[in-house]
Amino acid sequence: MDRSYSRSRRLTPVVAVAAAAALTLAGCSSSSGGKKAEESADGASAGKATTPRMTIALVTHQSAGDTFWDIVRKGAEAAAAKGNVKLVYSADPNAGNQANLVQNAIDQKVDGIAITLAKPDALKDVVSKANAAGIPVVGLNSGVSEWQKLGLMEFFGQDETVAGEALGKRLNEAGAKKAVCVIQEQGNIGLTQRCDGVKKTFEGDTETLNVNGTDMPSVKSTITAKLKQDSDIDYVVALGAPFALTAAQSVSEAGSKAKVATFDLNKQLTGAISEGTIEFAVDQQPYLQGYLAIDSLWLYKNNGNYMGGGEQPVLTGPAFVDKSNVEAIAKFAAKGTR
Amino acid sequence: MSMTRQAEPAVTTPPAPGPKETDGRTAERPLALRLLARPEVGVFLGAVAVYVFFLIAAPPVRDGSSMANILYQSSTIGIVAIPVALLMIGGEFDLSSGVAVIASALTASMLAYQLSMNVWVGVLVALLVSLAVGFFNGWMVVKTGLPSFLVTLGTFLILQGVNLAVTKLVTGNVATDDISDMDGFDQAKSVFASSFEVGGVNVKITIVYWLVFAAIATWVLLRTKYGNWIFAVGGNKDSARAVGVPVNFTKISLFMLVGFGAWFLGMHQLFSFNTVQSGEGVGIELIYISAAVIGGCLLTGGSGSAIGPVFGAFMFGMVQQGIVYAGWNPDWFKAFLGVMLLGAVLINLWVSRTATRR
Repeated sequence: MDRSYSRSRRLTPVVAVAAAAALTLAGCSSSSGGKKAEESADGASAGKATTPRMTIALVTHQSAGDTFWDIVRKGAEAAAAKGNVKLVYSADPNAGNQANLVQNAIDQKVDGIAITLAKPDALKDVVSKANAAGIPVVGLNSGVSEWQKLGLMEFFGQDETVAGEALGKRLNEAGAKKAVCVIQEQGNIGLTQRCDGVKKTFEGDTETLNVNGTDMPSVKSTITAKLKQDSDIDYVVALGAPFALTAAQSVSEAGSKAKVATFDLNKQLTGAISEGTIEFAVDQQPYLQGYLAIDSLWLYKNNGNYMGGGEQPVLTGPAFVDKSNVEAIAKFAAKGTR
Repeated sequence: MSMTRQAEPAVTTPPAPGPKETDGRTAERPLALRLLARPEVGVFLGAVAVYVFFLIAAPPVRDGSSMANILYQSSTIGIVAIPVALLMIGGEFDLSSGVAVIASALTASMLAYQLSMNVWVGVLVALLVSLAVGFFNGWMVVKTGLPSFLVTLGTFLILQGVNLAVTKLVTGNVATDDISDMDGFDQAKSVFASSFEVGGVNVKITIVYWLVFAAIATWVLLRTKYGNWIFAVGGNKDSARAVGVPVNFTKISLFMLVGFGAWFLGMHQLFSFNTVQSGEGVGIELIYISAAVIGGCLLTGGSGSAIGPVFGAFMFGMVQQGIVYAGWNPDWFKAFLGVMLLGAVLINLWVSRTATRR
């Protein structure tokens, strides 16, 4: 096949089109929204400590691209910047891999390790190895009932069951009769505990619904289907901000009277709360979890302090965000730190 | 799309679609049986079986709006499953299609937002990026001769990482910013993510695109030279090349078609949800491939149709939503899904075996 002769001829129109496109683009700016409209606000930053440089590893069970974990990490980075700490972040949703990452941190001889205990049993061995190596370990986010057994120094997080129970009570106050709890990752312990907590205190009926969290159109149609199947449902409880926003779409699509409540926040969600498409959110303050975990290790190293006295977990939630207080929080959420 | 360079003489290609109907011995078999032997008929009956099953088991399915919801879910699978099926007929795989959807949506969203451009600019650039990803896949496959499974597994991983890293780099977050208040958004939404009323039922526009794309793909496969090329390169690459089929062009363009499908669905996702999460889309590529395989496309290439995957996608959507409509215990959801799909495939297999038995 003869290619050489036609290549230059074919290239010419391509160049022409590209040039035309570039010219057109220049006249295509949006007059509303976009980056230009975004306020440039700096993150919470203060001075920097003069304490000696130290290294802390933060090892979580985050799956890639989750808004929630992004906020945890930002909190950790802020604390690290303040305390002259080199932060080494790593994550893997698979418990065995997470244990390997902790081992990796031990091998690097870090000055402290912060871990999440989504699957505590898998991490038992590496935690005792870290302790044996004289590296202090603190826990955050998940594992509120296991951290002491595993020999962790401190814990920062929310008891998922307690958070679920708080939301259940709130549903009672709202006079709800039937709620559906939407689980975006089947088999995740924390998510299941939230739904169980809701079930425990909510006086109406609670059903659970599993959706495929990596496929948003399918989340939308599955919630729509559920609302159609059972028209008695008057509250949809989502377990993450993006899913709550999708659930609100499903509600209007199904022509249902249901209201939407959720766990966790993000930028768009605060907007939806002030508009009233979402009733309220239970916030576990992920930024605080990341921040405190790093800061506690810094305090321990530099001043020998124990947060929570070394006996009690430090609870970062549940805090409710609704129409009454959303304005105060929205500006922080817009920066991606709430 | 057939920008053919008619350098070579007549292109003789194996007669187009379906199983070996051209085998002389089957010539005198009755029409009904011959019809049943076509791959898309088996999957059609499987889809009907699933539909009837849920019609009985789940009363809400009988409602028109429920059907619209099921078809919507099916269409979001089907829009990508059709080009994926064409690619499979052409003898190649694409494992990157699921994350490519998200990559496209991220590109459009971030470009428009960060540069404060009309969203159509983002949409067009995203199309170019998607086609480029498809071109890269195809080019790598034809240039290196590596199995497309490996090449696109690489692209799958690359895109997964790039989606996340670039989003984080550009926006500082892992999800894109809301673009719903920007110029051109409403217009783009009406193209990619609108809905209309039919007899009081709200129907999503993706369903229309899905069926139109299927019709175009069927016409291309059965009535054009390009369609013949697809069967030829999937059947036997070397003999296809020997009779003058532009193998490289065909394969690369098929990968680019998948890119187009991913772009289209990506735009739908962007304009119906306003923001995109960078970690989405992982694992969805297997659903597209399954829809194509259930729809009668051979994993080895050279055989299949564009209509089969339509029923394959419908079967997926029907089972996925039907289980919810039936109100079954959600813990069993995945297990039900697997059993129903296997059952449907077995019906498909049984029908085609019975029909082709002499």
